[in-house]
Amino acid sequence: MYDISALYEATSVQNAIELMQAHPEAALIAGGSDVLIKIREGKLAGVELISIFKLDELRGVSIDDDGALRILPLTSFSHITQHPLIQKYYPVLGEAVDQVGGPQLRNIGTIGGNICNGVTSADSGATQVAYDAMLEITGPNGKRTLSIHEFYKGPGRVALEPAELLTAILIPKESYENCFGYYTKYAMRNALDIATIGCSVNVVLSPDKKTLERVRIGYGVAGPVPLRAWTAEEALQGKPLTEETLDFAAKAVQDDVHPRTSWRASEGFRRQIIGETAKRGLRASIERAGGAI
Amino acid sequence: MQKQLVRCNINGKDVETYVDVRASLTDMLRNDYRLTSVKKGCEVGECGACTVLIDGEAFNSCIYMAVWADGKHIRTLESLTGPNGELSDIQQAFVDEAAVQCGFCTPGFIMTSVEILESGKEYTRDELKKLLSGHLCRCTGYENILNAVEKTMKKRLGKE
Repeated sequence: MYDISALYEATSVQNAIELMQAHPEAALIAGGSDVLIKIREGKLAGVELISIFKLDELRGVSIDDDGALRILPLTSFSHITQHPLIQKYYPVLGEAVDQVGGPQLRNIGTIGGNICNGVTSADSGATQVAYDAMLEITGPNGKRTLSIHEFYKGPGRVALEPAELLTAILIPKESYENCFGYYTKYAMRNALDIATIGCSVNVVLSPDKKTLERVRIGYGVAGPVPLRAWTAEEALQGKPLTEETLDFAAKAVQDDVHPRTSWRASEGFRRQIIGETAKRGLRASIERAGGAI
Repeated sequence: MQKQLVRCNINGKDVETYVDVRASLTDMLRNDYRLTSVKKGCEVGECGACTVLIDGEAFNSCIYMAVWADGKHIRTLESLTGPNGELSDIQQAFVDEAAVQCGFCTPGFIMTSVEILESGKEYTRDELKKLLSGHLCRCTGYENILNAVEKTMKKRLGKE
């Protein structure tokens, strides 16, 4: 038995909002692989739960008229990985979430929950910030859209106001078009582990495939929330596809990150991994884009 | 405590019962349906001992609310044996390969194996390792378990 005081099952997005308004202290539960575990640990003991798990209207992936990839938040990690549109336009996300936990967990964990829990080590986080994901949030006053960069507020804190929930993740066409990416999860075990560092790199090459037209580098666990290596990205723009450029990237990202020491790894070790994953991720992305180093 | 009607299909049979909303699917399967192959291990989704198939996919039933099972098709290890207790090929392979020691992780491993085998695909040893990585076994060292799954996979695909 879970130590909960009540369970309210939402029948629609509108109903979920009404339930959140009626029970402001209640926690929202999607797949439950964070919430139910916190309850087991006693952290949320006695909590009321509002379940949105049964809202199949919040599952699936499609393409909007403007070309944006629309990922619905209750889509499980394994369904993200298997989805043809993800495989075609955004394969790096499928690869990233294929490294979350273990196989059973990937069947229950949701892409929306991975962002809404505000955790820096979330395996989709680095890739979502690296593709400038836009988040559609629905609440009592209707819908609003904001950038994922404004969504993360701090460890475990996101920009959801009372009675609001995430109803779609939108990947703009300019983020995925002609773009090739690579995600590295560095962890101590090959499965069932939390990232020491997650690094998601993606590149757009010049038409002659000789220089970097655009580079984006997202990190998990390199700071309190998933973040971007903004200055390194700018400095890499226009650089040739050479070993020197890769070495430069490993150094340049250091100014953008603020990792810390935890029981998992020291700051120094994390910085080493941050540089190395940038370099390897950049190499892999360039190769996927058809460039030669 | 709040109770809720849960109608579902368990091991091929349509069933319904009122469950406590606080129950996990593990609780419901063990306590209401006496399906004790579903083991209570870590209860936080790490060990895989409670694994069951829900609509053909493997889930840790310990972190799945019982009320979510409404309308679902659930399969546990009990569904694999024949009417007179005959073992299925994958169960027999676990016996033959000595993939069982204390046996606590076995039902979970076998249910994930069923999902793997029913995909009808051929996987490499490394892919099988990844597919089985959601289970912990403290006795066998995993090699015999991998052997059992690999051999059954090859047999079913007519490659052995």
